[in-house]
Amino acid sequence: MTKTDESGAVTGTLTGGPRRRRFRPAVPLPLLLPGAVALAFLLLPLVALLVRAPWSSLPSLLTDTQVWQALRLSLICATAATGVSLVLGVPLAWLLARTKFPGRGFVRALVTLPLVLPPVVGGVALLLALGRNGVAGQWLDAWFGITLPFTTAGVVVAESFVAMPFLVISVEGTLRAADPRYEEAATTLGASRFTAFRRVTLPLIAPGIAAGAVLAWARALGEFGATITFAGNFPGRTQTMPLAVYLALQNDPDAAIALSLVLLTVSIAVLAALRDRWMTAS
Amino acid sequence: MRTTRRTNTPMTDSHPTPADGTRPPRTHPRPDATGLYAHLVVTRPAFGLDITLTAAPGEVVALLGPNGAGKTTALRALAGLTPLTAGHLRLDGTELDRTPPESRPVGVVFQDYLLFPHLTALDNVAFGPRCQGATKTEARAEAAAWLDRMGLAEHAGVKPRRLSGGQAQRVALARALATRPRLLLLDEPLAALDARTRLDVRSRLRRHLAEFEAVAVLVTHDPLDAMVLADRLTVIEDGRVVQEGTPADIARRPRTDYIAHLVGLNLYRGRADGHTVELAAGPAITTTEDLTGDVFVAFAPSAVTLFRDRPTGASARNLWRCEVAGLETHGDQIRADLTGEIALAADLTTVAAAELDLHPGAPVWATVKATQTHAYPA
Repeated sequence: MTKTDESGAVTGTLTGGPRRRRFRPAVPLPLLLPGAVALAFLLLPLVALLVRAPWSSLPSLLTDTQVWQALRLSLICATAATGVSLVLGVPLAWLLARTKFPGRGFVRALVTLPLVLPPVVGGVALLLALGRNGVAGQWLDAWFGITLPFTTAGVVVAESFVAMPFLVISVEGTLRAADPRYEEAATTLGASRFTAFRRVTLPLIAPGIAAGAVLAWARALGEFGATITFAGNFPGRTQTMPLAVYLALQNDPDAAIALSLVLLTVSIAVLAALRDRWMTAS
Repeated sequence: MRTTRRTNTPMTDSHPTPADGTRPPRTHPRPDATGLYAHLVVTRPAFGLDITLTAAPGEVVALLGPNGAGKTTALRALAGLTPLTAGHLRLDGTELDRTPPESRPVGVVFQDYLLFPHLTALDNVAFGPRCQGATKTEARAEAAAWLDRMGLAEHAGVKPRRLSGGQAQRVALARALATRPRLLLLDEPLAALDARTRLDVRSRLRRHLAEFEAVAVLVTHDPLDAMVLADRLTVIEDGRVVQEGTPADIARRPRTDYIAHLVGLNLYRGRADGHTVELAAGPAITTTEDLTGDVFVAFAPSAVTLFRDRPTGASARNLWRCEVAGLETHGDQIRADLTGEIALAADLTTVAAAELDLHPGAPVWATVKATQTHAYPA
């Protein structure tokens, strides 16, 4: 580079600084206004929840046994549903990402269906499938004496049905992004396909599985429609937090607000857990 | 060339030489012997691979060819990662073409090594022995011994991303060798390295390959890597073998333009009648060899002498009128690409190029002494 070039470049940056500041593009009003409204719309309900919270009576409300029962049940069922989703969903994600079979695209679409299906419809469908007289439920009852509807296990089933697709989609995406040649390298070292999956693929996609599990857990925790349809609303047995909130709103609005605050806290915790992943994705 | 799948011969026997020294009649070159005997046919819509590959234990064979020639497909077929459409694969007397990759006694060093990023160097190397049934302690002890052999003992606990390119390559080699393969495959083993480490890694790799007692097949597009590392070269173009031989033989007698370009020779094909070779398109070349029929003629660019004016009383009988098409520096020389009566490359010193006032479009006379050419049957 010649000297004139250099000095030219220097003056260029010197004049460029203020000019850039002067010509900072203005945000167009048609975008700014709706954007601000949207933000307010999303935040206002949360603010309202905090404003109207019965802060003084909160300790007594939250120490009520009913609340603890519901919270405990919610946490247990959401965790169990996440476990079911992991055990069944990760292999399904692997099949979708790594194998070729006729109608794979159709199967993928079916997996995502519970994502868009109204949860109440899911609950009805579960009743028809696994209810005492359901397509599969009658055999469960006759052969093993297992009844799922209106039991705690039924809650887990309903939550798994709604939450598993989140995990499958998340893990499948991670698997597609992962280099399949690591699995090939493992097989040339004498690993069976399952060993390659267990010892190489699984550790490599662990972050994706964790993110999918958190999403599934959060979805299961907030599940309402399928749960109340399939498992009913029995305190201590099938009454989870969202159901308790809905019920409390009829008789004791303050309790409903308190319960909502607990769920809000849990949601924020989930968001914080996922933050790193979403920050790197952007 | 046969393209049908070979049926199992009944004489399959892990002991190739019976005690009395007699051997059963054979229909193939040593199909029951130790070593590699492969006929790889892989057919795809836009591409077909059909090559025969043989190697004795202890031999290093390089598959050399341009990008897209089918080298990597051949390697994947040998490893079992790509199924054969037809043909067969026999290693130490065992038919392997239906064997899944995890059951083949084959080790692979991948081009970008594919070291497992979540495992330490030691556990990467221990992975193979573990899969073969060794306990964790045994596998680690074996892996440590391999790393020690590679001079990497102090890097055993390091994750792959903290290894340099040369170190990663050695870990990958140790990982492949730790399974005690009877066939070692190396895919462009030096391609991922920069020029400085390459030199060092190449000589180390050469040593390790020399110690390796089974068959090694190496894929490369770099003629230098192939010639330094391999005992024998198989050159493939468009999925077919175009030439096989020792590095020296191939460097001296190239049979395609691709190889001639790789080894830096001018190559022509023509019909010989005594000492004269009539080129298919162009003039005749006088050679010292006395041949008849289809031949190749090769000579080095440094054998060409250029003149600005037609040399008078020149002893060279190969005198052609040419024009400079292009010039480039080539080491400490200038390489001139000439067109005209004959297309050829000529090397000359910078001083000579300046004295001749060479520039693209300049007319020149080119001569080559008959003793500097080499003719051989096509």
